[in-house]
Amino acid sequence: MSVISESGGGLDIDRLVSVARPSDYVALLKPRVMSLVVLTALAGLLVAPSHINPIIAFASLLAIATGAGASGALNMWYDADIDAVMRRTRLRPVPAGQISKEDALAFGIVLAVLSVMTLGIVANWFAAGLLAFTIFFYAVIYTMWLKRSTPQNIVIGGAAGALPPIVGYAAAAGDISLASLALFAIIFVWTPPHFWALALVKSEEYRIAGIPMLPNVKGPDHTRGAIFAYTLLLFPLGLSPWLIGTASLVYAVLAVILGAIMLWLAVRVYYFRTGSRAENCARQLFAFSILYLLLLFAEITSEHIGTSLIPS
Amino acid sequence: MESNPHQLTLTPEQKKARRQRNVAIALVIGCVALLFYAVTIAKLGPGVLNRPL
Repeated sequence: MSVISESGGGLDIDRLVSVARPSDYVALLKPRVMSLVVLTALAGLLVAPSHINPIIAFASLLAIATGAGASGALNMWYDADIDAVMRRTRLRPVPAGQISKEDALAFGIVLAVLSVMTLGIVANWFAAGLLAFTIFFYAVIYTMWLKRSTPQNIVIGGAAGALPPIVGYAAAAGDISLASLALFAIIFVWTPPHFWALALVKSEEYRIAGIPMLPNVKGPDHTRGAIFAYTLLLFPLGLSPWLIGTASLVYAVLAVILGAIMLWLAVRVYYFRTGSRAENCARQLFAFSILYLLLLFAEITSEHIGTSLIPS
Repeated sequence: MESNPHQLTLTPEQKKARRQRNVAIALVIGCVALLFYAVTIAKLGPGVLNRPL
């Protein structure tokens, strides 16, 4: 047990003795983001032409997921001041006082190092380098720089979220291909309409927090046009895995249906600009965009899971 | 037993949280050890059984 001198003056004992539960550390990893990262990295890993041992595949995915968790922890360490003033994030472990900023930083750095080293050992060092770059891009380029300085923050920063399929592919094949770039492009172009739909609803919170999201800087109408433009671009990109021969016709049909629904929801966001109807349209687009990515990558994963993990 | 005025006494909540963290760390370390063992066997492949004695 720690022995602390009370005569040392000014020691805050409640701060020195953590009351954090394991669930608080799990929350620090952003588990919902992590689950999408696992799915997209798995898709990248499975579309690789080479067979990969299931145990190596599992360990690689675990390392990539841990790297994503490390990014989340580093993000929560740096953004604690923003998280504290936004209703959506104020109950996160650091602003809620469950985990100190220092502990969040240490946790993030340890996990980042462990995840990169593990991926290097179990898969290859090219994939590990890509994972390290992804963590750096999210924690430093996006969180520390872009997020607070430009309304294009999530456009450029979206690259970090789009990299997991490339890392997954590299873990299996040791290089980058057109197939992994197609998966990257889908997530990269999907990110702006996904986040801007949320930003339209939460623009007041972003304003209070001082985050220059597009609706706060360029206005909601400009944002609606940008959402529509990116969703329009997403429609053909969603078909790209089929066009380059990575996915089947079933995937193509699903991509057309999901792309059409997403485009329809983006059109609604563009036209309904006032009142609760406008807010509902933005919420619907945000919710459906998650389903869009989930279903597309689940389909592509299910197509390849048999052929990639079981040697012919 | 006399209580030491300089010794920090944990509250039941702090003790419970610390115990939960310890158990979680132990589980994670155990799982990582098992994972590395499995990865080692997978990387060595069936050839590990055919080495000369």
